[in-house]
Amino acid sequence: MSDIVRSLADIVGEKYVSDQKEEAFFYSRDPGLMPARKPDYVVLPKTAEEVQAIVRFANKEKIPVVPMGASLSLTGLAIPLRGGIVVDMKRMNRIISVNEKSRYAVVEGGTSQGALKSYLLKNYPRLRHSLPDAPPAATIAANVMIHGQGRLSQQHGFNSDMINGFEVILPSGEICPIGSGSMTSEWFTRGAPFPDLSGLFLGWCGSTGIITKVAVRLYPNKKMRDVEIFITDDEEIVPEVVYEITHTEMAEDVLIFTQPLPSVFKDNHHVSFYITGDTEEELEFKRKVIWRALDPFIKSNDGGFMSIPPGVKGSLMEMPQTSAARIADIKKGGGFEYSGPVVPVEWYPQCARKLVELAEKYDLAYSGMIRIIAGGHCMMYAFAFTFNRADADMVERTKKALEEVSDFALEIGGLYWKPNVDEQNMAIERMHPNTRDLMRMVKSNLDPNGIMNPGNWEVV
Amino acid sequence: MKHEDIIHRCFRCGYCKLTGDYDDFNCPAYRKFRFETYSPGGRMWLIRAWLNDELKTSPRFQEILFSCATCANCVKHCVFPFSDDLVNIFIAAREEMVNQGIIPPEVRDYFKNISISGNPYKEPAADRGKWAEETAIEPYNGQEYLFYVGDVGSYDDRAQKIARAVGEVLIKAGLSIGILANKENSDGNEVRALGETGLFEFLADQNIDLFKNRGIKKVITLDPHAFNAFKNDYPERGAEFEVYHYTQVLAPLLEANKLPLKAFSANVTYHDPCYLGRHNEEYEAPRAILQAIDGLELVEMQQNRENAFCCGGGGGNFFTDILGGGDDSPNRIRVRQALDTGAEILAVACPQCAGMLDDAVKVEKLEDRLEVLDVAEIVARALS
Amino acid sequence: MLEFNVNVCKNCPTSDCLVKCQYMDVDKDTAREQMVKIYNGEDSFVLHDCVTCYACEEYCRRGNHPFYLITERREEKDILTTPRAITNQWVNIGEPTGKDRLGDVKERVLSLGFMPELLQLVRGRLFEDVMPSYLFGNDFFCHVVFIHFAKPSVIRERLPLVIDKYRNLGVKEVICMHDECYGAFASLAPAYGIEVPFTPIHYYEYLYGRLQALSDDIKPLNITAAYQRPCSARLSADKQHYVRDIMELIGVDLVHREYEDENALCCGEVMGWLHGYDLKDDLQKRNIDDMVESGADYCFFNCNACQNALSEKVAKRGIKPVHMIDLCRMAIGEKTEMEV
Repeated sequence: MSDIVRSLADIVGEKYVSDQKEEAFFYSRDPGLMPARKPDYVVLPKTAEEVQAIVRFANKEKIPVVPMGASLSLTGLAIPLRGGIVVDMKRMNRIISVNEKSRYAVVEGGTSQGALKSYLLKNYPRLRHSLPDAPPAATIAANVMIHGQGRLSQQHGFNSDMINGFEVILPSGEICPIGSGSMTSEWFTRGAPFPDLSGLFLGWCGSTGIITKVAVRLYPNKKMRDVEIFITDDEEIVPEVVYEITHTEMAEDVLIFTQPLPSVFKDNHHVSFYITGDTEEELEFKRKVIWRALDPFIKSNDGGFMSIPPGVKGSLMEMPQTSAARIADIKKGGGFEYSGPVVPVEWYPQCARKLVELAEKYDLAYSGMIRIIAGGHCMMYAFAFTFNRADADMVERTKKALEEVSDFALEIGGLYWKPNVDEQNMAIERMHPNTRDLMRMVKSNLDPNGIMNPGNWEVV
Repeated sequence: MKHEDIIHRCFRCGYCKLTGDYDDFNCPAYRKFRFETYSPGGRMWLIRAWLNDELKTSPRFQEILFSCATCANCVKHCVFPFSDDLVNIFIAAREEMVNQGIIPPEVRDYFKNISISGNPYKEPAADRGKWAEETAIEPYNGQEYLFYVGDVGSYDDRAQKIARAVGEVLIKAGLSIGILANKENSDGNEVRALGETGLFEFLADQNIDLFKNRGIKKVITLDPHAFNAFKNDYPERGAEFEVYHYTQVLAPLLEANKLPLKAFSANVTYHDPCYLGRHNEEYEAPRAILQAIDGLELVEMQQNRENAFCCGGGGGNFFTDILGGGDDSPNRIRVRQALDTGAEILAVACPQCAGMLDDAVKVEKLEDRLEVLDVAEIVARALS
Repeated sequence: MLEFNVNVCKNCPTSDCLVKCQYMDVDKDTAREQMVKIYNGEDSFVLHDCVTCYACEEYCRRGNHPFYLITERREEKDILTTPRAITNQWVNIGEPTGKDRLGDVKERVLSLGFMPELLQLVRGRLFEDVMPSYLFGNDFFCHVVFIHFAKPSVIRERLPLVIDKYRNLGVKEVICMHDECYGAFASLAPAYGIEVPFTPIHYYEYLYGRLQALSDDIKPLNITAAYQRPCSARLSADKQHYVRDIMELIGVDLVHREYEDENALCCGEVMGWLHGYDLKDDLQKRNIDDMVESGADYCFFNCNACQNALSEKVAKRGIKPVHMIDLCRMAIGEKTEMEV
């Protein structure tokens, strides 16, 4: 056993450290298309204190540290760009507490989305959190860290907006509560009315600290839920449709999808929206209001409500939707990746056209998957391609298509969501120089030794 | 390698590690080791790397491959169309390793003992039927059912008690059963699960011929592992007999009041054995038996039926013990789950589960709070 | 080419086609006048206000096809009934794929169209005299639904190809498990002069015959039930009597209600496509209120699309939804998902 392994073993226990090639192989990759980069060590801490000790040690030895949830970003954010220690957070998976009246839950840095969902259903059935459609093994902290979106994003913004603070291990190894938790034992606000320090960590992909605890906002969980799909063949009117739906303030989630297969979906844009209610009356009222809001489109034959076959409805009502993972098997090849820039809803038409153009150019199976955020203030437009990872040519074409999406997003002024390292660098280059300098200042002060997920958001 | 054409389709999304309601991780190897490599997705990616020459085997690779308990949680919960083949893929990879001679010593020893002694205990084959001495259970001589006991029931001390309880309860219920005793051979379920296909085929053919020659048309198994092999793997080799796990036969007998049960007051929780439950979808017969006993209160563990957490004994681990040791060995986790229900009896319907969970109760020092009993042993208590 | 005799309209004593219309308030003279205008290719409010319920096909007892004519003229004038996206969706859904499921097809065959629910329904003794002779898939989709979309051109293009598929299979008798399929071969194809080289059998007729053959096994269900009559039943009004005949045979009291037979209300699903919330909601409320007031324990369906549209809603009002086939199976003692 090497000295470093011995030191790490002293922190987490021998059986939770590996420098073996099997772990090196697996943890050097994620399900996406970024190149493999091997970690030197993989550790599985159980407590925040162990994480602190790992980070202090890494600082001392100048070894990179890369925090990892379930590594489902698909853009390689938990792949160690410069080797070092991958810290797999998933042993820290407790649900620490739920404050029902103030509606928040405090979970550990490796707690999964699925665990919280299941726990709330059993113990606090009137509460829910904003669940993304990522597989349920995805961790809450990582999703927050990358500004993920979920079922409640249409109403309340990014999942990172829906937190009341967190606890973070700084690159120095110190533990730091962010939000009201820095002043009291209660987690009821992320920052306001004080300076909001969460911005020093959220969106930084673990390159300024490791979240070991997060207070997730909970929201009313209604007894009933249903989905409707409004379809149009004209991408130009989609922003107007979204505008009308969001104006009603009646919808839970608004998701748009556009894909050529199965044939029932071909050539149309599907604006699906969800409604919830504690009574039939409430549910039906919301349904009626939204239907009526879209009457003008029906009258002009520009769009209408499709009948949803029972099988499709079942799939749409799942949380998370397993179809979001199954898309990876369309080419019978386990491959799925998307670039999902965040852009104004008004840019929907050009994004939709670009998607089809790229799919045709590179002969790829595709799906446009769009989530409306914060009442229509913006959307995440995912240019999603599915590929067969055993087909090297298809893999290459997918990479090229995604690169073109990155170029396109930059060109139109979109902001990359969970950007891979190349997109981060493109964004940095495009950024206002003062913004760039500010980022450099934050990073260099927080992480002078450059050990935290180096290579990410690195302003040179 | 078999199924090689689908290995690349794994998306390593992690559905396979979880229960159906995502409540907790439910892959026993992953729960113990916690490295992604020990999860089904990890194995898929590593097997692919190995087949593509990106990875060479090592003791750790062997441990990863042979730590799979073949519990089929991944088969049940993977969301992809190839999910049915997940455990088959891991067995196929083991087969490759067996063929290449790169297997852990414990696995090699298991095969050797079966080959030489006909059982994994290195005990004389002649002693196989000794457990039934001084019971009412007779040798098979044309009775309606063969009572097939299996390796564990025949030689393991704890399991022998269960074999006696099952046999006697079935006889009391009026069934005509007989055992092969020292003529019985290993069923081969674990041999197959560990990748020794050639040996499995030999054992299966041997059993099929024996049953044919003896006119055996109906078989009741003690062990769900044997039930699984007889039901799912033997028919393609020409087996033509009906097979039941003993709970499937006992439940209707109780419903028809064939046994005079007295009241038996206890809080009982039932552990679904993987080879009876997930593999063969029999969740209700054991429960029906327990619920037929007056005074018995059946409480469910959070993870039950298709979400049951494996005791860690399957896939050969009962013999190789790769999943043993440490707070997070699956059997210890399961026993803690049972304790959480408030039950004082943890009911099982598999002698391997019984052994694993019994050991865990001892290690967890819970002997005065939780007793592991086979369903038939509980029925026996309600009879006396 | 649609066979339509405008003189029949000119001489019609009742003009029932439009007079009886449940959605437009039209007197006899106006009705006659509008039908002649429509025939002559002129504009008419009917071309804009008709909600495509198919009922006038039943109301006309004089051999004309008023709804098919309306549909033809709409397409000629580019008058859309449904949003383009929905029409296109159905054009895509109905695209022949060459991926059919064929059982052991004999001269007598069950046609399941492309409704997957029917695969689950055609089980048990009721079907054992013909199964496993069945066919299912896009290539057997009758396309009648396109009269809702005012796209008869799609029917004219695709229905002959569908019929060819049957022809190539050599089938002589096709038991149509969906009402609309039967309507395609018994009403629409003849109206367009398309030859149908087999005898279509309405599945009600088939069920009635099978129930008679199994009459010893029938135990009267002793329930009350309301019938949800689909729009497509308007194309086969001569088979409507089988509803009562079957109910009598299996001991079901078919409740008398306002919206029955000619006055039946459609399930409303298509109304949602065409006109949005209010018309659909109104239709469904009136229909289900009527079922409740008539004292029905059950509501039985002919069409799976109606069943998908209304099942949940009737169930919420305390009425058990069931398909006609399942009701018949229950009567001969077979277990279905529904238990009486």
